[in-house]
Amino acid sequence: MQLGVVCGTLVASRKDERLEGIGLLVIQPIKADGTPMGKALIATDSIGVGPGERIFWVKSKEAANPFPSADVPTDATIIGVVDLVNVEA
Amino acid sequence: MLIGRVVGNVVATRKTLKLDAEKLLLVQPLELSGAAKGVPIIAIDRVNAGPKDRVLYTQDGRAAQQILGRGTAGVDAAILGVIDEIDFGPDGPPKQA
Repeated sequence: MQLGVVCGTLVASRKDERLEGIGLLVIQPIKADGTPMGKALIATDSIGVGPGERIFWVKSKEAANPFPSADVPTDATIIGVVDLVNVEA
Repeated sequence: MLIGRVVGNVVATRKTLKLDAEKLLLVQPLELSGAAKGVPIIAIDRVNAGPKDRVLYTQDGRAAQQILGRGTAGVDAAILGVIDEIDFGPDGPPKQA
């Protein structure tokens, strides 16, 4: 799992039927201190988050698991909103 | 998932059985800002995307096989949807898009 920040929303009315009703968001992966790391990407939303929120997300085949139906065709899914990150100095 | 633009299609009469009757499109990967990035890839299409459509696609093998729904198959890219709009808010696309 990785940290990220939501930086946009994507709308696609014509899409695979298994993606119906699932939010699509643009996320930028970040380091623990909040600086961007790597390229932004599109992720499915399993919890209902909004732009600007700091989140954590899972990639690869595990990305389908948070949804009730396990055959959602996704490779990145937001699975939590981050309240706080503590980094030991 | 990533975004790209449909720049062509691939016709292949003789192909692996699990790709039988599948539509294959050439997709130019795009940065979120809209600029082309890298070389076009071949992706299966079940959402009936057309030329010049901006699409949401995956280059994850498992998600692509999910689209196909035929168990394990030799595919690693699939179009998931046709993009109507991307809203980045006041800040615009992320810098490292």
